[in-house]
Amino acid sequence: MPVLASFVCGLVFGAGLLISGMTDPQKVLGFLDLFGAWDATLAFVMAGAVAVAATGFAIARRRAAPAFSARFLWPDRNDIDTPLVGGALLFGIGWGLVGICPGPALVNLAGLSLPIVVFVVAMLAGMIGQNLFDRNLWRRRAAAPRAIETSPLPSRADG
Amino acid sequence: MHDFTPISGLAGGALIGLAAALLMLLTGRIAGVTGIVGGLLQPDTADRGWRIAFIAGLIAAPLVAALFGAPLPRPTMNASLVVVAIAGVLVGFGTRMGNGCTSGHGVCGFARLSGRSIVATFIFMTAAIVTVAIVRHVIGG
Repeated sequence: MPVLASFVCGLVFGAGLLISGMTDPQKVLGFLDLFGAWDATLAFVMAGAVAVAATGFAIARRRAAPAFSARFLWPDRNDIDTPLVGGALLFGIGWGLVGICPGPALVNLAGLSLPIVVFVVAMLAGMIGQNLFDRNLWRRRAAAPRAIETSPLPSRADG
Repeated sequence: MHDFTPISGLAGGALIGLAAALLMLLTGRIAGVTGIVGGLLQPDTADRGWRIAFIAGLIAAPLVAALFGAPLPRPTMNASLVVVAIAGVLVGFGTRMGNGCTSGHGVCGFARLSGRSIVATFIFMTAAIVTVAIVRHVIGG
């Protein structure tokens, strides 16, 4: 059941991206281009998405458990650290270069156009590269005597 | 260049929010595409089923739409394939490093009023706006 529910959620999410026009990189770039012919659509997409998600989350907060699993896995971090800032910066540069972020990239994959396939392969490589980078960093820090005693290990991801 | 489409934007956005709300209410998970995909790429992830299913749903959406006559998405991209590849690596590395993208930080994070997500969204929006300004109006202009 949780797998079926998750599939349906992915389907609805993808439909939302298609209907909103956010799978079209030109439309996304039109929003990011403040100094050109600005297209404010993305702000309306965000407003609609945040309003409905916030309502759903408020309902979830009042419940003991989700329908098909043991507990709610709310992200539990609230610190602003260097990886958060640096990662968001790198992501923003990549997003601005072509106007595609991970969700629309996967939805667009269905069309199997060459640039999208190249983008998705490169994106997955970047994600794997970041995993390896992270592991090496932790190994090096773990080898340093008592260097990270007080620094908390990264817990659940935000998204 | 492109028309401003606030109504379909709001409607599509509402569906995105509905999907995020349902994923939490039904499975207890945050609908962050980066986290969902990234978890699959780590060797020690135990919960793979729901992740694969969500991604399959994303990819299936345009296929279902095609059944009703919509064309498959084949977006035009002005950047060269080299730039596309560089952008892909930056997006993949950056979203994993920063623990989220437009869905996890932008939609779900804002809906939770998470300080981390609001800061991250402000940074990646600003970086993207500056990048577009440079590409279109400094280099391209």
